[in-house]
Parts: sequence; C-alpha cells; structure tokens
Amino acid sequence: MNKRFALKLIAACAIAASATAGFAQEVIKIANIVELSGSGASAGTNFKNGVELAVKEINAAGGILGKKIQTTTNDTQSNPGVAKGLTQKAIDNDVFAIFGPVFSGSIMVSMAESRRAEVPNFTGGEAAGITEQGNPYVFRTSFTQASAMPKVARYISEQAKLKTLAIIYVNNDFGKGGLDALKKALANSPTKVVAEISTDNGQVDFSAAVLKAKQSNADGVFAYSNEEESARILRELRKQGWTKPIIGETTLTGQKVIELAGDAANGAIAHVGLTVDAPQPAIRAFRAKFEKEYKYVSDHNGMKGYSGIYILKAAIEKTGKLDRKAVAATLHTLKVKAADQPGVLMDVSFDAKGDLDRESFMIEVKNGKQEVVSILPPLGAGATPAAAAAAKK
Amino acid sequence: MTDFLQLLFSGLATGAIYALAALGFTLLWQASGTINFAQGEFVMLPAFMMLGFMSLGAPMLVSFVLTVLLAILVLGWVFKRGVVDPLFKYGMMPIVVATIGLSIFMRNGVRAGYSAEAHPFPSLFADKLFNIAGVTVTLQDIGTFVLAMAIVMGTQAFLAKTVTGRAMQAVAQNTESASVLGINVPRMIFYTFAINAVLAVAAALLVTPTYLAKFDMGEGLGNKAFFAAIIGGFNNSRGALVGGLLVGVCENLAAAYISPAYKDAVALVIFMVVILFKPQGLLGKKEERKV
Repeated sequence: MNKRFALKLIAACAIAASATAGFAQEVIKIANIVELSGSGASAGTNFKNGVELAVKEINAAGGILGKKIQTTTNDTQSNPGVAKGLTQKAIDNDVFAIFGPVFSGSIMVSMAESRRAEVPNFTGGEAAGITEQGNPYVFRTSFTQASAMPKVARYISEQAKLKTLAIIYVNNDFGKGGLDALKKALANSPTKVVAEISTDNGQVDFSAAVLKAKQSNADGVFAYSNEEESARILRELRKQGWTKPIIGETTLTGQKVIELAGDAANGAIAHVGLTVDAPQPAIRAFRAKFEKEYKYVSDHNGMKGYSGIYILKAAIEKTGKLDRKAVAATLHTLKVKAADQPGVLMDVSFDAKGDLDRESFMIEVKNGKQEVVSILPPLGAGATPAAAAAAKK
Repeated sequence: MTDFLQLLFSGLATGAIYALAALGFTLLWQASGTINFAQGEFVMLPAFMMLGFMSLGAPMLVSFVLTVLLAILVLGWVFKRGVVDPLFKYGMMPIVVATIGLSIFMRNGVRAGYSAEAHPFPSLFADKLFNIAGVTVTLQDIGTFVLAMAIVMGTQAFLAKTVTGRAMQAVAQNTESASVLGINVPRMIFYTFAINAVLAVAAALLVTPTYLAKFDMGEGLGNKAFFAAIIGGFNNSRGALVGGLLVGVCENLAAAYISPAYKDAVALVIFMVVILFKPQGLLGKKEERKV
C-alpha cells in the first residue's frame, strides 16, 4: 500500500465517520428563539408553548424517523440584535431547525445566519419582505399581508357584495402596505374604493375620519390600524350611528381590541389566518390540549408554533432522512393534508418562496366574543367561494 | 351644517382635555416660574395608579381619592424636593432638561413595570349617546367638557379670589418682596405643586377612558397642552382653556376639511401665528421684568 493511497483511505474513513456521526445523532435538536420578554412577550410565549406541546406529542408517539426531538429555548428580549446572536449560537450547537423569532423585524436580521448555515428556519413574522429576498431556508407559519388581502377582497366583493367601500387606514408602512394590497386585489372586482382615509399612529379622535367615511356613502368600511386605534375607530363608528358592515384584517377582531372597544366591537367582521375558535376538529383538539397543558386559551401564535413543528415532521418524513438541505428542498413544494397529519391543523401547501397557503376564516364579534362566520378557501383554490359559503354555519 | 356641528362638538371634548393638561403648565409657571415638560406623564402616571387601586378592588371614587393623596406625595412633594428645588438656583434651563429626562424615565418605567399594552379604563359617565339635531354626542364628551370647564374656572377663581391664591401669585411675581411681606414662600410653592398634582389626577380620570391607559399616552397630550398653554397665554389659566379648546376644534376641522395628514400640524401652525402677532398669547399679559 503506497503512502498516498493510505492517506486517501484515512481521509475517506474520516469523512465517512463524521458523516455517519452526523446522521446517527440520537436526537433531533430544535432551537426556539423567541420573544419571552419585551414587547413581543405574549406572541413569543404562545409560539414557544405551541412548539413544546407539539414536540411532547411527537416524542410520546415515537418521534420522527424513530428519533426524539430535543428543544432548547432562548429569549430574544424582542431585540433583533439578540435574536441574531442567539441564532448563531444555535447553529454552533448544531441544531436541525430553528423556530422563531416571531417578530418580523427580528427574523429579517437573524435569518441571514440560518441561511449561511443552511438550517431550516420557521418564523411567525408576517411582513411580506421576509420571503421576498429569496432565502431558501426560511418558512412561514402564517399568512402575509400580500396573501391575506386578496382573500379579504374576495370576501368583500363576492360574499358581502359591497359595491362601494371606504378604507380607513393608519398612515405607516403597515397601513399603506395593507391599503395597496387591498386596492390591488379589488382592482378587477365589482367593488369600488370610494374613500381612502388616512389616520395617524396614536390618533385619539377619529370623528373626522368616520365622518368622511359616512360622507362617502360607501356600502361598508374597511378599518386597518393598530389595536388601540382600531378600538377607537369602532367606538367612533358606533357613536356616529354607523350601521353598515365594518370589515378588517386580523387586528380588528383581536381579543385586545374587543376588550378596549367594549360593546362597540360587536358586529365587526375580520379575516384571520388562524383562530382557536375555528370549527375544524383538529383545531378543536389543539385548543383543548393547549388549554389543558398551559391553563389558558392559545392565540394564533400558539397555533403557528404547534403546526410549524408538524409541518417540519411531515417534510422530514417525506424526505426520509435527516438532511437539512433536502428537507428544505422538500418544504418548498410540500403539501400536507390535515387528514394524514392532524398536527398541521389545516391542509397546507408551500410555494417556492417559503410562503404558505391554506384555508382561513372570517370572524364576527358577537356579544364580545369572536365567532367564525365563514371559512375562506385557500388562494390557490381559485375564485369559487361556493364551498366556503356552504361551510358557513 | 350637522357635519360641522359634529366636528365642533367632538373638537370641544378633545379640546377640554388639552385645556386640563395645559392648566398644569400655566399654574406651575404662574406660581413658581417653572416649566414642567413631564406634564403629559404627570397625567399618565395617576391613570396607572388608579388602575392599580381598582385592580385591588377599590371602587372608582376611593381609587381617585387614594391616587390624589399618592400624587400629591409623588408628583407634588417628591418632584419639588427631588427635581425643582436642587435645580432652581441654576435657572430655567436645567429644570427644563430635567423634566424632559423625567418624562422619558416615567414613560419607560411604566412600560417596564406594567406593560407596553393599552389598558381599558372605566369611564366616570355611563355609556350613553345623545342625538341632538343629527349630531351625536356621548355623555362622556359632555361630562368631560363640563368638568374640565369647572376645574379650570375653579382654579382661576382660587388664584384670583382667595388669600392663599393671591399669596401664591405674589410669590411667583416677586419672591423677595413676598417673603418680606411675611408670606411663607416654600409653603406657597408646595401648594402649587400639590394643586398641579391634583389637577393631573383629575385630568387622568377624564382623559384615560378616551386615550386608554398606556405608557406613552402622555407624549402627545403633553405636546398639545404645551402649545395650547402658549396660544392661550402662559400666565393666564383662562388662557389654557381658550388655547385647549381652540386647538381641539381647529384640529378636527382641519382633519375633515383639509386632510387628516395635517391634523397634528394644526397646533403648531396656530402657535406660530399667535406668537408672531401676540407673543404673550391670546389672553396673556405682558410680563414685567423682575428687577
């Protein structure tokens, strides 16, 4: 045996040994990098609890490909800089996938690290920009503004059948982004936008805005602002005797808005991507399990974390091996049915950018409580809301 | 026309809120020559104190009384002894800077200690709507307006008609002469701070149901109130009322008839116009220089 051959052999053995060591890891390590303190504390805690509940169930049922999942949790303090550092630390720790951060500002910064290390990274962030940068390792657990607004538009023109619409929006990136997405989605529909009423972040008095909406004689109003401002808009609408439909997106019927607006919230309708009040059996089961485990009702962030882990499980099982790159590739065209994998909660599909598509809900506030009034089909299902109308209970 | 009236009434209710906060500025200026840029936070903190007492089970009025006592201690006595007294001898500027710092400290303190979320605050008035000739007004709006007017007028009467009030003004106008005349200067100055604290609690009670209890609720309120105080006349409590109502109404009209985007600039524009033509404010008197 000559020297060169011996060296090659040793090198080959070393590579093989290290590769098998990689494959033969006993557990699948997952890092939770979430907001446990600071302004995102409530969202991050829910997300983490959802993740941990799913992990507990999967481990009890034998794990993924026979391997147990092991999670570690770190607090980003709602600070993008800290999130980036923690992501780097998790990668040094050789995790298989990263869950979080939930806030868009944080994932925007931290996902560069997971991309460099080629580690699948699931986020709860909803800013459109996250998946628009062509990062093949970032995946959403919820809708973006760009995918939610076409659904709202479809509801407004086809189900609520509003001929004219007034839009009250908050004049910042979030509000203008939503306004543009909604206008674009309504462009080829029978619904005309007759008033665009801009309001300020932190505005207190909405009497002029509501008056303008009334003067526009629109068949309904679309209210798109932050929580407190949404509550104030609802109160002012009620005060000025508004009786036509009030429609919004997620925030408008959030529990906090209902709490702040009181009776004025009754009758408000909004599109939400995920809600524990949905009538699907898998979501009912999730809600009960979560409440039993943590003694409170989960918000949509809990559902994002929980379904996210099951989506990862489905992707690994479809790939058939614990290979991060291959799993990420699988995720890009993944379609999972809730019938096969109840943990994903609803049938879900991913596109090439890492964005997801699935059914969503219209919520109406009745007696201070959210109630699902309609199920909207996935965007990819075409413009036939007939099925959704049939599902209306 | 009904639209105009609707805007006018809504504006008056908001303006009354500005006026209450502006009164704090003019009062401190008249009686102790101090500007407190933490005035907005002085309204925010009592709101959270009241919420705290109410969450312990105290009824609203009991919470109000307890908060008044606590506010006199913290926003009156501690503020005077801790911030104003040590800096007074260095002139106005250090106090201005210190109160700006104090406002940041109070805001972030509440955010860290309580939470960054807005909290609902019970209203003193029943949730009732009146429809008068097509204009809808809430009992909350009417009540806020009437009470704010009463408080401003009451404070004005106290300063002008009572011996203590006059003594307080004398101290502000000429501290040395006042002390020669046998007026207990430190006590009079403390009264001013105490009254300012009570006013802040009253403002919090009226304002918070609309503004919602939030750590940064004082920021915008403080700014508007400052402009309102200058517009009305910094050395006249009735000026605070006029300035507050003017800003509230003009803002609403501008938002409806020009554009909501310019709403927040309205106070600034009125402020600049008034300063150009009547530097002492609409109701203010020219101040004589102290010798």
